Amino acid sequence: MGVRTWIEGWPVYRQLTGTDPLGRGAAAQSERSRALTARTETADSVARSVCPYCAVGCGQRIFVKDGEVVQIEGDPDSPISQGRLCPKGSASKSLITSDRRQRKVLYRRPYATDWEELDLDTAMSMIADRVLAARDETWEDADEDGRPLNRTLGISSLGGATLDNEENYLIKKLFTAMGAIQIENQARI
Amino acid sequence: MAEAHPVGFQYVVEAKNRGAKVIHIDPRFTRTSALAHTYVPVRAGADIAFLGGVINYILSNEKDFREYVLAYTNASMLVSEEFQDTEELGGLFSGYDPETGAYDQSSWQYAGQQDEGQEEEESHVDRETASGLEQESHGPPVPADVPRDPTLRDPRCVYQVLKRHYARYTPEVVERLCGVPRDKFLEVCEAWTANSGRERTTALVYSVGWTQHSVGVQYIRAGAIIQLLLGNMGRPGGGVMALRGHASIQGSTDIPTLFNLLPGYLPMPHHRQHETFRQWVDAIRHPEQQGFWANAESYAVSLLKAYFGDAATADNDFGYGWLPRLTGDHGTYQQVLDMIDGKIKGYFLLGQNPAVGSAHGRAQRLGMANLDWLVVRDLFMIESATFWKDGPEVATGEIVPEQCRTEVFFLPAASHAEKEGTFTQTQRMLQWREKAVEPPGDCRSELWFFYHLGRLLRERLADSAAPRDAGLLNLTWDYPLHGERGDEPSGEDVLKEINGYDLATGRPLSSFTEMRPDGSTSGGCWIYTGVYKDGVNQAARRKPRTEQSWVAGEWGWAWPADRRTLYNRASADPEGRPWSERKKYVWWDPEAGEWTGYDVPDFERTKPPSYRPPEGATGVEAISGDDPFIMQGDGKGWLYAPSGLIDGPMPTHYEPAESMVRNPLYEQQANPTRKVYDRSDNLTNPSPPERHSEVFPYVFSTSRLTEHHTAGGMSRQLAYLSELQPEMFAEVSPELAAERGLEHLGWAHMVTARAAIEARVLVTDRLIPLRIEDRIVHQIWMPYHWGGEGLVTGDSANDLIGITLDPNVLIQESKVGTCDIQPGRRPTGPALLAYVTGYRERAGLVPGHHTPPLLTPDQPEES
Repeated sequence: MGVRTWIEGWPVYRQLTGTDPLGRGAAAQSERSRALTARTETADSVARSVCPYCAVGCGQRIFVKDGEVVQIEGDPDSPISQGRLCPKGSASKSLITSDRRQRKVLYRRPYATDWEELDLDTAMSMIADRVLAARDETWEDADEDGRPLNRTLGISSLGGATLDNEENYLIKKLFTAMGAIQIENQARI
Repeated sequence: MAEAHPVGFQYVVEAKNRGAKVIHIDPRFTRTSALAHTYVPVRAGADIAFLGGVINYILSNEKDFREYVLAYTNASMLVSEEFQDTEELGGLFSGYDPETGAYDQSSWQYAGQQDEGQEEEESHVDRETASGLEQESHGPPVPADVPRDPTLRDPRCVYQVLKRHYARYTPEVVERLCGVPRDKFLEVCEAWTANSGRERTTALVYSVGWTQHSVGVQYIRAGAIIQLLLGNMGRPGGGVMALRGHASIQGSTDIPTLFNLLPGYLPMPHHRQHETFRQWVDAIRHPEQQGFWANAESYAVSLLKAYFGDAATADNDFGYGWLPRLTGDHGTYQQVLDMIDGKIKGYFLLGQNPAVGSAHGRAQRLGMANLDWLVVRDLFMIESATFWKDGPEVATGEIVPEQCRTEVFFLPAASHAEKEGTFTQTQRMLQWREKAVEPPGDCRSELWFFYHLGRLLRERLADSAAPRDAGLLNLTWDYPLHGERGDEPSGEDVLKEINGYDLATGRPLSSFTEMRPDGSTSGGCWIYTGVYKDGVNQAARRKPRTEQSWVAGEWGWAWPADRRTLYNRASADPEGRPWSERKKYVWWDPEAGEWTGYDVPDFERTKPPSYRPPEGATGVEAISGDDPFIMQGDGKGWLYAPSGLIDGPMPTHYEPAESMVRNPLYEQQANPTRKVYDRSDNLTNPSPPERHSEVFPYVFSTSRLTEHHTAGGMSRQLAYLSELQPEMFAEVSPELAAERGLEHLGWAHMVTARAAIEARVLVTDRLIPLRIEDRIVHQIWMPYHWGGEGLVTGDSANDLIGITLDPNVLIQESKVGTCDIQPGRRPTGPALLAYVTGYRERAGLVPGHHTPPLLTPDQPEES
């Protein structure tokens, strides 16, 4: 290590001679921090997204490397949020990557005291069977005066305010066509 | 706003730095208060008294923006001579029927139009079906040619009716009811009025806790009346802004997962009112009437074409017969009570956690424990999926796992980063999200789940000839599949279907004005038409804010027709000139012969300000060139609502369903039309003049913490957020702590007729005891995020709350109630039930008890 390098190794020297007189940026950087690279720089791709919590609609940039979300940042282009996120939006990467997240279908039999695992296709098939059975058991063709009802009151659904418009559209479309009317979401709450 | 919508709050701070005055009115001092110029503590549940006081101040001092009020509101219209006010009838408007608890609204109409009014039967049906929600996109219809008095002196004109209605809402009454000192109240009135008019505008911002009252809709109406009187609607820096709390709660109302609506606020058919297609369409469009409602048949037919495709023809009324029919109230709370009664077989929960997030948690859980099957789709394990295993009722012995029959499927969901689609944020703006990664394991989007569920149902029924299956089999459901697994429908395809097509050419429609009633167009949600204008996903536009105007019209897409500020025609004067240079926004360009400005004009582009409708005009043609509120039947902003509301044409102060204060303004204590479920498992704490209100002597309210989200499913599972806010607490004033012996950071428990829950005590001077009438009222505040699952757990505040609903929209009163608070932890196990029962008995809530919705002079004042 030469004398010059040794002197330049002092933050105070860099602070006095460089572009960072307050010593809050380049002057305070160590060898190690200089060698670090932000995850946002090494990401393979960036998706333009929107925060999933409240309805302000802050812009998010989701950074992906090797098929995994590695970072979520506020989108500085957004006229809504100007790059800012609140504590929840800032924590939203954990929403995707947390170990606590459920990644398997779970099934609780009637009267069981615990969960068991179930194959997704089997679960879908079982649910379809139950929907049709509930519908058949509770179907109403007409009211007492013969006016059409064409419905079931045996099936309910709650949820939608955290979902996409396209999803709500399919939910309402399918339930309406099958005659299920008890479809609700947080907007009623 | 700073607590629950912090990133939005940056603009309040920015405005403050540029000289705006910020006033915060809230029962609790929060981060918003800390940055406001003035903080006004107020009693929860007394907002109409406060806002009514402001209206009275404006009218008695003639502080209204007269030119705006005369031209753009219904102030000059004459109300029927038969109308009688709450001021004459002890808190009831004319037409009340104690049998149904609903109004015959004939007498509320404009002069000469009494026949147009709703009769009580219709009014009753409207309450059961929350018909008020239909007015989110466009007002209820009213007749044309209403007699007017432009001098505003006729005692029957709306201006004078309003003035009389609020005459008693004086600063003294505000002080007695809200606990706001006179000088503080007048400071708000003076600031609000001084900052409104030609040169200045004031914004009113509320959070949607305002909707969670038995008079919630009328709270917002009261705010709207003030903003209309002061000329703050449709203008930059003005308006009434709702801070909604879920990423797409606006979208889930526009494209509703709601029982009473179809997309675009079209009503779900009612078995009696809408037996035929023609009855349904005419009930929406009201032939002979003004405004954009008139084209409703085009919107309705286009929706049916989107649903049923080629199978929908003029000969079969476009498949109208396949739609199911409502018979009354099928809302989420009615459903829960029906679950308890064993009437419902299966329940889907889609990213929602009612065991914690809905009112009356115990009813929610007991209802779910009495289903055949339950499907829970969520990211994390939530309380609504585990009620049978370790919920509060398992602890009390009310649910025994070995005896609980509910079959539960937990299907993990895809997160916002793992699917593409649009959210509609709180200002009606759609923003497209790109998919970042594939969902892991068994996690799937709702788009995947519902597409495949529909596919399986249709496969199973493929050979059915039963009439009940025709709708399902005729449904357009041939979505092309994409993605790494090759089994995911494309969000963009669905968005295109929502936008709609010209069916002959396949061209995406660019505006709802292109929709036709003859079946030649389709469109899944007429107010969203234009989001795929020119075949381009307009919601995906992302022009950086630094490269466009402050209106930022090239970011996302807002309904209707990409207008960013609704009713912006009102930003210009009747002649089409900006009210002032300072507040210039949209104006008429006489040379070009069109409306222009910074935003997309919320008006027919080439209709000049001088346009007057020809005699007998209907529909859009009947809207004058100086009527900015084009979705209203008469083009006017409504100070007085002759129809469309169940509980009255003007907001009136009623006490919350649970209050320890006797309504000092009227004999009638609480909203006489509120929706009540009078059952032994849904008891209401007594309020005066009933006896025993002293058993629950404190007011409580709930709201959010910055670090948590609603029922906690998306926040109590995350390490950072759980560390930031680790524990359920109840916040009380030092005075209340002294009165009840509560210790800071110690335990306390709160009790209502429904439940007792425990929490840590936070003693702060952010809660201020208020002097109401001749007593001190203490308020307790709690966050409502906690439950039994997650990294941090605790009792749920919503367990304390019963089910009483606003009559217009069937939303529960969960932002105010009464309770007791005691030091120490609550009892556990069966002892908890006995403890709550003891309170009920002391409060007189014994078997056979009923809370009367109506109080009349000859009624005994005892329960």
